[in-house]
Amino acid sequence: MSNTPLETPLHAWHQAHKGRMVDFAGWSMPVQYQGIVSEHEAVRKRVGLFDISHMGRLIFEGVAAGKLLNHLISKDLQKIPEGRVRYGFVLNEEGGIHDDILVSCLKKDPENPKWLLVVNASNREKILGVLQQLQQTEAFQSATYTDQTHSWAMVALQGPKAEAMLQPLVDLDLKEIKYYRTAWAELEDEPVLLSRTGYTGENGFEIILSAEKAEWLWKLLMEKGEEFGIEACGLGARDTLRLEAGMPLYGHELSEDITPFAAGLASSVDLDVEVPFRGQRALQEKREQEPEQVRVGLLLQSKRAAREGDQVTMGAGAAFAPLGKVTSGSYSPTLETAIAMAYLPRKYQEPGTLLSVNLRGKTNIPAEVVKLPFYERQK
Amino acid sequence: MDPKQLRYAETHEWLYVDDSQGEPIATIGISAYAVEALGDVTHMELPEPGADFSSGDSFGEVESVKAVSDLYTPVELEITEVNTKLPDNLNWLNDSPYDQGWIVKGKLKDPSQVEQMMDFEAYQKLCDEEQH
Repeated sequence: MSNTPLETPLHAWHQAHKGRMVDFAGWSMPVQYQGIVSEHEAVRKRVGLFDISHMGRLIFEGVAAGKLLNHLISKDLQKIPEGRVRYGFVLNEEGGIHDDILVSCLKKDPENPKWLLVVNASNREKILGVLQQLQQTEAFQSATYTDQTHSWAMVALQGPKAEAMLQPLVDLDLKEIKYYRTAWAELEDEPVLLSRTGYTGENGFEIILSAEKAEWLWKLLMEKGEEFGIEACGLGARDTLRLEAGMPLYGHELSEDITPFAAGLASSVDLDVEVPFRGQRALQEKREQEPEQVRVGLLLQSKRAAREGDQVTMGAGAAFAPLGKVTSGSYSPTLETAIAMAYLPRKYQEPGTLLSVNLRGKTNIPAEVVKLPFYERQK
Repeated sequence: MDPKQLRYAETHEWLYVDDSQGEPIATIGISAYAVEALGDVTHMELPEPGADFSSGDSFGEVESVKAVSDLYTPVELEITEVNTKLPDNLNWLNDSPYDQGWIVKGKLKDPSQVEQMMDFEAYQKLCDEEQH
């Protein structure tokens, strides 16, 4: 892999607008513009715009491609109606998580179905490798897919004002696109793929369109959003928002060694689907065993945040052996205290359990196990 | 304090030396550029008076939403005074990084170490380079 980070079609805009660029999963991405707290609050109270063009976008078209995709992911494609989006996994042979993905049924046509797979930027190469490997087998030789990551851009418009702001710009009634649904639309004559999805815990849309039109759309949304108090948002706010919403992040809560059971995400696996998928058998065998450690939420009695790798114990002091580790942690702008996710033995998962987090081997902070998510929007 | 009269470390601390009390006393804070780069600061961890630090030691922590950063002393120092009101008034870092936002004062063990620090002009150049 080359060391020069990839750039999204919005790179020039980010640089011209004080975006602090960092290398993330091989891409040069803005971590923040005005400040994480300000951007976070814009999404919770008004509307925020994110460049998520670094996410991998793969199109699977045709009957053979559908079979390949069905084998790749943990969801039963046959059960997904046209225009629906599902969260699922690509698993390894041991049932550990290779990636967490969104799959959309763009066309249900039995002769020529079409699917969109959105994968994590950090895992795109890995997924492409698995696909190539699968294509070596006779069953999938004729399957084709295309990687549209570079030819398409993707932005997320998130927040309570997102719908009101977007509605006058598109040629369909956004109410028709319910949660986790997707549809093609024309946005001021430009074809866009809209889906009511996101990674913030707020109402909002993800928009895919041609990379050449990305800057045009971004500028249009920033301009039309002005009266709604829109802010451009970076990966920093994306992380604090998803953490409050209790959503896992690959590389933190999800990894090759963690099963969907341990992550508390068994509902995103169609375990008994007839068409076998990668990792299915391993996971079926693990069905009866309880995972040793499970994902929990921790509310800290401090503004100081626990960070990835910090140890969770029964109490302060050397007498208490570590129980598990923090996988993500941050100050929560909405709750105005520190929050974290951690993996702990099952017997500590009950909400209300009082524990202690050791910050970077120095200070112990009391922490309470709480039900996820930390934040849920009023519907 | 006039930022043009201060000395700077590569790790973005500023230092001012007061010679008026007989022995040189250093005041240390972090630059406006560093405050801006940290983003929203949520917590500070400061030392106790009497603590000794060698040049390059971490004497505290500043925590923002995104990360925890160490505060480094660019000179050998015995802490005499700590701005204990600062952790409860973190906006001073933004509003007044060179006055109200001072962090610690301490006895300089080796005043020649100050001479090795950057002046304002050299520090500006470093910040410009970091931005590009």
